Amino acid sequence: MRFVVAALRLAALAALVAFLWTPQTFAPLFTPLTQFGAPPIYDQGDLLTLALAHLGTVCVAAIASSLVAVGLGILVTRPGGAEFLPLSRSLVNIGQTFPPVAVLAVAVPLVGFGFKPTLIALFAYGLLPIFENTLVGLQTCPPAVLEAANAMGMSARQRLWSVELPLALPLILEGVRLSLVISVGTATIGSTVAASGLGEVIIAGLLSNNTAFILQGALVTGLMAILLYDGMALLERRICRHSRVD
Amino acid sequence: MITIDHVSKQYGATTVVDDVSLHIERNSICVIVGSSGSGKTTLLRMINRLVEPSRGRILIDGKDAAQEPPHLLRRRIGYVIQGHGLFPHRSVADNIATVPRLLGWDAARIASRVTTLLAALDLEPASFAHKFPHQLSGGQQQRVGVARALAAEPALLLMDEPFGALDPIIRNKAQDDLLAIQRKFGTTVVLVTHDIDEAFRLGDRVAVMSAGRVLQSGRPAELLRAPADPLVARMIGTSDRALRLLSLTTAGEAALAGTATGPQVAASASLREVLSELVWRGAEGATVLDAAGNPVGQLNVAAILARGRSA
Repeated sequence: MRFVVAALRLAALAALVAFLWTPQTFAPLFTPLTQFGAPPIYDQGDLLTLALAHLGTVCVAAIASSLVAVGLGILVTRPGGAEFLPLSRSLVNIGQTFPPVAVLAVAVPLVGFGFKPTLIALFAYGLLPIFENTLVGLQTCPPAVLEAANAMGMSARQRLWSVELPLALPLILEGVRLSLVISVGTATIGSTVAASGLGEVIIAGLLSNNTAFILQGALVTGLMAILLYDGMALLERRICRHSRVD
Repeated sequence: MITIDHVSKQYGATTVVDDVSLHIERNSICVIVGSSGSGKTTLLRMINRLVEPSRGRILIDGKDAAQEPPHLLRRRIGYVIQGHGLFPHRSVADNIATVPRLLGWDAARIASRVTTLLAALDLEPASFAHKFPHQLSGGQQQRVGVARALAAEPALLLMDEPFGALDPIIRNKAQDDLLAIQRKFGTTVVLVTHDIDEAFRLGDRVAVMSAGRVLQSGRPAELLRAPADPLVARMIGTSDRALRLLSLTTAGEAALAGTATGPQVAASASLREVLSELVWRGAEGATVLDAAGNPVGQLNVAAILARGRSA
């Protein structure tokens, strides 16, 4: 079973790389979806460049939301920061409640078109899963372990870095993974405000009534999301072999 | 070593520890025994300032514990809790190295200390150092917890129900190990338990607590012979107090001159065990042998019975 899963994963990766590297090879597959001799493969830009730009936007947003969400999670679980918990929770929830499209609409007049408004939308949208998971991770550290850390003579900072965060890490990474995957899909709407990404391909398809384009954009986005999800899961297992086992 | 001087702890209107004074001598094991809610754990936790006293002070080696930053104080004091509290994400060796690392020992010194401790606790260093806590049995986890507490060579070791989670057979072994280790390293031990048998077995001195107060503290034999409080008497129980008293003295300590016909017993055996042996064999006397197997004296039933009398 594990072998089959690994084989599928590798096959998906190989298909994605091959398609982005030499998209024209796949032209025969997409030709049946086109009408009136329209191009079967997206021809208004390089798919590989678009995919990398898409991934880049997602990663920058995920790094920013991870830093802020984990930082907030740490702050509100410290004795002095507990009173900020309701406030932080509302802020993070607002980020998730506002549809990214609405965030784009608000952000464009402020920061202009392109990469920046997309980044803001993805950042706000990605905070919630990371924040909530950080919170649960830090709040559910076994009390006996924390007591031992105190009794060993760790300062609050030493306890945080060498006990609490390592124990919360599996959950934090899970939050990051969730946020990443959501962002990969959501980032496609960035193309409505001229951010470079796979949304361009889908929008081009919608504008010219070319199903092949739509499918290409969606497939590449979907495959990237799945592979990113798997890759993160693999990373989590590597890092967290020994945490949270008891 | 430790002087607890009129210490109280209150949470709001509730008094958990009520004006307790206690002196704990160097190189001894002091057991604080009491039912749950008696304040024994709170008292223990005030020694390394996991809990701050509301009133009174605690002197360690003549110095007021309140004068030192708590995290520095705690690095000098070993601490073992029930359910061990090992760090699940760290190997056995890293768990044990926790306090030495905080103290900034060099790597070679830490490695040799870890090896020494693992060996002292019957955990083969080569096979256990790199295991993780979840790969160990309950008894092994407990021993690693003790090793971690002893890592930085603390003069003082605090233990909160350290054997509570172990099954009876492993618990006996763990208690023997603790006695051996205490003798080997000369550590002063303060141990909290609800188990009166454990208290008598381990304690050089036993303090009985109830409702935040120390009802009586003294040598086990004193508590048995002269319980100062009805509750102490009830906790100790009267049905087998003579036998308990016998179990506090070894054959070597009680041996009389000469030899006897009948079974041979080890000098380290308690009088209770010797008596049991004599009853079992229907013999009147036994020869006491030292560790090397040489006779050091004899014991007879009358002499043993005399030792179990109330005064």
